[in-house]
Amino acid sequence: MLAAVTSLTALGAILGCGLGVAARKFAVEGDPLADEIEAMMPGSNCGQCGMAGCSAVAKAIAEGSATVTICPPGGKALATALAAKLGISVDLGDVVDSGPQIAQVKEEICIGCCRCMKACPTDAVVGAAKQIHNVIREACTGCGSCVERCPTEAITLRPVPVTLQHWVWPKPEIEAEA
Amino acid sequence: MIPVLPASAPATAPHTVTGSSVTRIMLILLATLVPATVYGFWLYGWPSIFLWIVTVLSALLGEAACLKMAGRRAMPSLLDGSALVTGWLLALSLPPWAPWWIGCIGGLFATILAKQVFGGLGYNLFNPAMVARVFLLISFPVQMTIWIAPMPITAPAALNFHDGLLVFIRGIPDLDAVTSASLLGFAKTELSRGIDLFHSLAASTAPVTTFSGNRTGSLGETAALLIAAGGLVLMAFRIISWHIPVAMLAGIAIPALIFNSIDPARYLDVSAHLLSGAAMLGAFYIATDYVTSPNTKYGQLVFGFGCGFLTYVIRTWGGYPEGVAFAVLLMNAVTPVIDRYLKPRILGRDWRGAPLDPAIEKAKS
Amino acid sequence: MGLIEKFLHNLKAPHWGVHPDDHKRPAADAPIRVLPLPARLYVPLQQHVGQAARPIVLVGQKVLKGQLIGEPQGRISAPVHAPTSGTITAIGDITAPHASGLPFDAITITSDGLDQAIEVDVPADPFALSPTEITNLIAAAGIVGLGGATFPASVKMALGKRSEITTLIVNGGECEPYLSCDDRVMRDHAADVVDGVRLMMYGMGAKEALVGIEDNKPEAIAAMRKAASHFPKVKIRPVPARYPMGSDRQLIQTLTGKEVPSDCRAADVGVIVNNVNTAYCVHRALRFGEPLIRRIVTINGGAVWQPGNLMVPIGTLAADLFEFVGLKSEPARLVMGGPMMGTVISHANIPVVKGTSGFLALSEEEIPHSEAGPCIRCGNCTSVCPIGLLPLEMAARVRAGDLDGASTMGLSDCISCGCCSYICPSHIPLVQYFSHAKGDLWAQERSKLKMEAAKKLAVDRAARLEREAKEKAEAAARRKAERDAAKAAEAAAKAAAAATESTATTTETVS
Repeated sequence: MLAAVTSLTALGAILGCGLGVAARKFAVEGDPLADEIEAMMPGSNCGQCGMAGCSAVAKAIAEGSATVTICPPGGKALATALAAKLGISVDLGDVVDSGPQIAQVKEEICIGCCRCMKACPTDAVVGAAKQIHNVIREACTGCGSCVERCPTEAITLRPVPVTLQHWVWPKPEIEAEA
Repeated sequence: MIPVLPASAPATAPHTVTGSSVTRIMLILLATLVPATVYGFWLYGWPSIFLWIVTVLSALLGEAACLKMAGRRAMPSLLDGSALVTGWLLALSLPPWAPWWIGCIGGLFATILAKQVFGGLGYNLFNPAMVARVFLLISFPVQMTIWIAPMPITAPAALNFHDGLLVFIRGIPDLDAVTSASLLGFAKTELSRGIDLFHSLAASTAPVTTFSGNRTGSLGETAALLIAAGGLVLMAFRIISWHIPVAMLAGIAIPALIFNSIDPARYLDVSAHLLSGAAMLGAFYIATDYVTSPNTKYGQLVFGFGCGFLTYVIRTWGGYPEGVAFAVLLMNAVTPVIDRYLKPRILGRDWRGAPLDPAIEKAKS
Repeated sequence: MGLIEKFLHNLKAPHWGVHPDDHKRPAADAPIRVLPLPARLYVPLQQHVGQAARPIVLVGQKVLKGQLIGEPQGRISAPVHAPTSGTITAIGDITAPHASGLPFDAITITSDGLDQAIEVDVPADPFALSPTEITNLIAAAGIVGLGGATFPASVKMALGKRSEITTLIVNGGECEPYLSCDDRVMRDHAADVVDGVRLMMYGMGAKEALVGIEDNKPEAIAAMRKAASHFPKVKIRPVPARYPMGSDRQLIQTLTGKEVPSDCRAADVGVIVNNVNTAYCVHRALRFGEPLIRRIVTINGGAVWQPGNLMVPIGTLAADLFEFVGLKSEPARLVMGGPMMGTVISHANIPVVKGTSGFLALSEEEIPHSEAGPCIRCGNCTSVCPIGLLPLEMAARVRAGDLDGASTMGLSDCISCGCCSYICPSHIPLVQYFSHAKGDLWAQERSKLKMEAAKKLAVDRAARLEREAKEKAEAAARRKAERDAAKAAEAAAKAAAAATESTATTTETVS
C-alpha cells in the first residue's frame, strides 16, 4: 500500500516537473505562423484589404479570421502560396484578380504638390515640388494610396498593359463540361 | 502578373485533324461485334433477338433520361454511341432466353447507376455493362443462370416469331426441355459431387467446347472465334492495343497450364478456359474499355493479367462457375492505383522523376 | 531487309509521336522562286529569343541593303539589318506573328527599288580565321536558329565552346506537315548547306556533324549525300519520318542515343543542334558577307493557288506572299509555321521574321471543327507523347486549377508539340491547357518576384523615414542645444555685465 502510494506520487512528481520544465524550455514567443505569414505579405501596408497594415492581416489570416484571398496586390500567386502554407485548399476560380494595376499620372492635371510621393509605400513616384510627377512601373504595386491623396485627381489606376512577353493563353472553355 | 486577356480566344494549334472521334471509335467497335451477335441470334433464335433489342433500348433510354435531368443536350452524347456499346455488350453477356425485364432492368441500371451517376462518359469507375451484369446475377440468380442449348433458328424445332415473343414475355414454359449446362458450370457441379474431370467430361451429357461456338452459353460469348476476330480487327484499326487482351488471356492460360499439368483430374485445360464463358469477350471488349482501364502500356499489362488471373481464380476456386465480370470489376477498382504508380518515364528523367546525369549521357556514343 | 532485321528495326523505331498526312508535295517539288521586291518592308526589332535590338537609324534616313539598322542589347540578342536599300519611313508598331495578335516594334523601310548593297569585307578563306572570329562574324550577321526557336546562333556556339561539343547535329527533319523550306534548301543548295555545316563545326570545335533528314525526302537525302561525299566528317543520316522528329531532344536521341537531361541544354551532353537553313545562312554570311536579310518561306495550304517555296526579304508582309502565289478561295485560317505547332494569325499584314518557316492558308476542309467532348481516358495522348507525359492527367489538373499538381507531373518538360491534341478523339485542346498553365505559372513567378522587390522598397522606405525622423530630431535637439547655449551665454554675459556694474558701484562707493 505504502509502496504503491509512494511510487505513484514519485512518478507524478517527476512527470509534473518534466512538464513544467518543458513548458518553460519550449515556450513559444508570439505567434510564429503570423510572423511567417507576414514575411510572405507584400509589406507595403497599402490598406487595400481594409486592415491596418500587413502585420495585422497576417495575424488575422493566422487566426483564421481572414481568408487567404484577402490581399489584392498579392493576387492569385499570394493566395496559392498562403493556401499551401496553411495546408488548406482554396478555390482560385473565385479570386477576383482584377489583374495587376499600376498608377498613372495625367501630366496635364498634375500640379507637382508632392503629396502622392509622400504617400507611396514603395517610393514608386518620382518628382519634385512644382514639377510633374511620374510613376516607376517596376516599383508600383498598384495599391492606390496615391490616388486618394491627389488633390486634382491626376492619378488613376490602370491595368498593366499586356505585352507579348506577358500574354498568357486563356484556359480552354469546354461546353460539354459546363 | 496575370495580364488582361483578349475577349475571344485565338484558335489553338494543331491546325490539322486526324478524323478520329469518339463516335467513329464506337461505331467501328459495334461493327466488329456484328458477326458474333448475328451468329448468336442464329444459335438462339427469336427470344435472343428480342432480348438484345430491349437491352439496347433500355440503355439508351437510361442515358437520355439522365442527360435530360442533368440539363445537358442529350443528342450529342447519345450520338457518341457509348450507351449503345454498353447496352450491346450487356446483351451479349446475358443468358439468351432471359425474360424481357432482365434486359430492361440491366440496360437501365448500366447507364443510369453505373455510368451517369458518376458524371457520364469518362467518369465512371467501373465498367457499366459488367456492373449491370453482376447486379443482375446477384439479384436474380435463377433467371441469370438458365442456359439454353443452341438450337439454330433455321432448325425445325426452333421457335417461330410468335412463340419466341411468348417465351420472351412469359418466360420459358418447359425448362428441362431446352436448358443445358455450360462447360464451366458442369465441371464445377460435378467436381463438387466428387466426380473428377476424367469421368465427368467423358460422360455423354457433358457439354463440349468447340471453336465454332456451337455450345451453351450467353448470347455473345459462345462464338469465341468470331469475338477474337473482331478484336483483331479493332487492333488493326488501332482502337485497342494488344496489351490488355494478350495479358488477360495469358493471365488465364498460364495458371490453367500449370494447374492442369499438376492435376488434370481437378483442373480444366487451357483451351477449355480460353474458349469458355466470356474469356474472349472480356479480353477484347470488356477489359479494354477505355474509361475503366489504365492509360499506360505497363499499367495495361498489369491490369490485363490481373483480370485474367482473377478470372481463373474465381472459376477454379470461387463460388461461381464464371468470373470474368467479377475479375474485371475488381481490377477496375485498382485501376486508379495502377495509373498512379505505373507511369511512363519522362524523357530526360529517371524513373523516379529526377533529371538524368548529363555526364553519363555525354559519355554515350 | 531480312525478317529479323525488319523486326529489330521496328523495335528500334520511335514508339512516340504521330504520323499526320504530310501535304508537302507538290509545294516541295517546285523550285524556289524569288519574290519581286515589295514596296515596303517591316523589319521587327524582336526576331529572336532574348532582348530586342535597339534601332540605330532615324526616320527619313537612307539605308543600303545589308546595313545594320538595329544593334543587339544584352547578352542574348541579335542585330537586324536592312533587307534592301531605301528610306526609313517609320519606327513603330506592327502586329506580331503571335497568337495574341499584339503589336511589337518594327522599322519600316520604303524600298527605292535599286536593292543597292552596302560594301563589306569578305574573308578570303573563313577557315583561316580563328573559331572566335567565326563566331563573331555569325553574331554580326544576326543569324538565329531558323528552325523556329530563333535562339541566336553565335550564343549557342559560345555555349558549345564552354562544354566541349563533340557532335553538331544538323536538323533537316522538317517533321511539320505542309512545310518544305528545309527540304528545298537541301535540294537546291546542298553544297552551300554542307559548307555552312563545316564552318559551324570549325567555329564550335565539333568533331563530326550528323545531318538528320526524314526518310520522306529522298531527293534531299541524295543531294546532301552527293554534296557531303568529299567530307567524311559530315554524315548524312536518314531518320524515320515521324512527328516530332524535328524536335531537338527527339532528333538527338534518334541520332546519338543520348538523352538530354530534363534540366539541361543539349550542349551539356556535348551536342548542338542547328537547322539546315541556319547552315545555309552561315555559308552566305561567311562566304559573301550577307547578313540574315532573307530566307526561304513555304507558302502552302488548301486555299493557295500555286503552293511552293519563295526566297523573300525579312519584313515582307504575308499579304504580299499570298498575293504572289494567288488564293483559290477565302482561307478559313491563316497560320504562321506548320499546322502542328504554328500560330494562328488573324490577318495577313504580318511580317516575315527570321523564324518564319512558312505561311499556310488553310481551307475550310483542312481545319478542325469538332467541339471538345469529355475525356474517355483512351490513353492515346499518353502513347503518342514523345516525352512520356500523361497529358490527360495533366489537363485534368490544370482544369481544376491545380497548377502545382500539373507541374509535379512534368508540365515543364512538355514541348507543346501538339501530338496529344492531334490524336485526341474527344478533340480536347490539351496543348492549350498546357500553354495556359505554363504562362500562368510564369506570370505567378514574375508577380512573386515583383512583390519581393516591392517589399524591399517598402522596407527601405521605412528605414529611410526612420532615419530622416531621427536626423530631424537630432537636428532639432542640436538647434535647441545651440539656442540654450546661446541663451545661457547671453545670460552669463548679462550677469557679468551686471556684476561689473555693481562692482563699479561698489568701487565708487568705496572711493
